[in-house]
Amino acid sequence: MMIRFTLNGTAVALETPGSKRVLDLLRDECGLTGTKEGCGKGECGACTILLDGRVANACLLLACQADGHEIVTIEGLEHAGQLAPIQQAFVDEGAVQCGFCIPGMVLAAHALLAGQPQPTDDEIKRGLAGNLCRCTGYRKIIAAVRRTAQAGNA
Amino acid sequence: MNTCRIETPRTCAEASALLQALPDARVLAGGTDVVVRLKDQLIWPPLVEISRLAELHGMTEVDGWLRLGALSTWTEIERAALTARHADVLVEAAREVGSPQIRNRGTLGGNVANASPAGDSLPALIVLDAELELRGTQSTRRVAVAQFCCAPGKTVLAHDELIVAIWVPVRAGWRGAFVRLGQRAALAISKVSVAVRVLRADGIVQDSRITLGAVAPTVLRVPEAEAVLRGQRLSAAVMQAAAEVVCAAARPITDIRSNEPYRRAMCGELLQRALARLAEPTNPSDPSDPSDPSDKIT
Ligand SMILES: Cc1cc2nc3c(=O)[nH]c(=O)nc-3n(C[C@H](O)[C@H](O)[C@H](O)COP(=O)(O)OP(=O)(O)OC[C@H]3O[C@@H](n4cnc5c(N)ncnc54)[C@H](O)[C@@H]3O)c2cc1C
Ligand code: FES
Ligand code: FES
Repeated sequence: MMIRFTLNGTAVALETPGSKRVLDLLRDECGLTGTKEGCGKGECGACTILLDGRVANACLLLACQADGHEIVTIEGLEHAGQLAPIQQAFVDEGAVQCGFCIPGMVLAAHALLAGQPQPTDDEIKRGLAGNLCRCTGYRKIIAAVRRTAQAGNA
Repeated sequence: MNTCRIETPRTCAEASALLQALPDARVLAGGTDVVVRLKDQLIWPPLVEISRLAELHGMTEVDGWLRLGALSTWTEIERAALTARHADVLVEAAREVGSPQIRNRGTLGGNVANASPAGDSLPALIVLDAELELRGTQSTRRVAVAQFCCAPGKTVLAHDELIVAIWVPVRAGWRGAFVRLGQRAALAISKVSVAVRVLRADGIVQDSRITLGAVAPTVLRVPEAEAVLRGQRLSAAVMQAAAEVVCAAARPITDIRSNEPYRRAMCGELLQRALARLAEPTNPSDPSDPSDPSDKIT
């Protein structure tokens, strides 16, 4: 079926099976490989995208469900080569190890700060509860979110 | 990757007609259950994607009822002023579900239709005396949530029927709480859950509802424990007595998530936690708290 949606600010129209996962659509047809597949069943958050500004698991979203909606992937966060403040904070805090969870983690942090510009540590943990990280132990990730909130330019 | 037939009806009538014409079709709402379940299947059934059905969206208050469209997401339920006013216990359940990602996509109708004994909406909706509006090709009917599930995954829903809305009666003075236990706080299915709602006057319980999730094939209401509360203040002794009754009433199993004796013991513990929260003085300045100010005396 013909799927029309906005991808990182650009209108896209693709002829694709409506049952294709958005995860596969992004990676295989749009060439955007920042969105990762971990568990494939909603538990790890590596596939996190923003759907109409809210975090969603691209592994559970079918193409027919994206039709008419707006998607932002990790590739859409930077502007003109400039990292978004939350991305820069991950770099500055050293919050990245292998990096596999990071695209999803950054998008979840970004969405959290958009809704709650000054989250408490508990709110940060709740906001990132759908994103698992096998490497960092989360502390520096939480510190990066806190730093962005303190700078007030999420 | 699988390709299957996808239908995207625009009206309920169209959706029901499609379901009737396609005996193996599945309804697709948020997809957080359906897609996980289909993931490893080689052949996918036709999917009837229902997000374009306007009647299944939105929340309104109509003639003493709160109407929640079946496609209301957990996030919408968690944040809406109407649910905070009239469905406190459902808001608490919503807060416990999955993760932000799952709450943004997962719907109330999908959780109910799923009929999982561990589904977090069911204990909360039953203590709210909620009803379902079901619509098929021939007719529309109302069914109490308490009568909807017959066995794990089995409901009274006919193949051509959709859950259109969930109706919650608006009742003054009731307060509710939902408490659950999982392997961890996020992304874990409930091992045991307890929903409770009480109506008090001058601190004395006039009426109550108590349900247990995940400890029987379907959600269990425990009228014997409700009887223990009636006419009493929520004292430690009364809460303890009610807890003993729910432990005896539970019919838990041992499975991958927990074992029988632990689940049984936890029913009582969670009920005490829920009741203890309700026994706390309420905040009369909180507009979302519809309780009787006389509750403060307890
Ligand atoms: C990682 C993860 C964590 C989860 N955590 C929880 C949790 O903590 N608590 C919990 O209760 N659940 C949990 N779930 C399960 C699921 O997210 C919820 O049950 C959710 O509410 C389902 O809604 P949905 O719209 O995604 O349903 P879908 O997957 O779209 O549908 C579920 C079922 O209902 C049917 N259906 C959907 N809508 C209708 C309708 N309007 N009329 C008739 N039939 C309909 C579908 O055909 C299907 O059989 C979790 C799932 C995942 C993947
Ligand atoms: S790959 Fe989607 S949640 Fe793990
Ligand atoms: S940095 Fe390796 S999984 Fe998070």
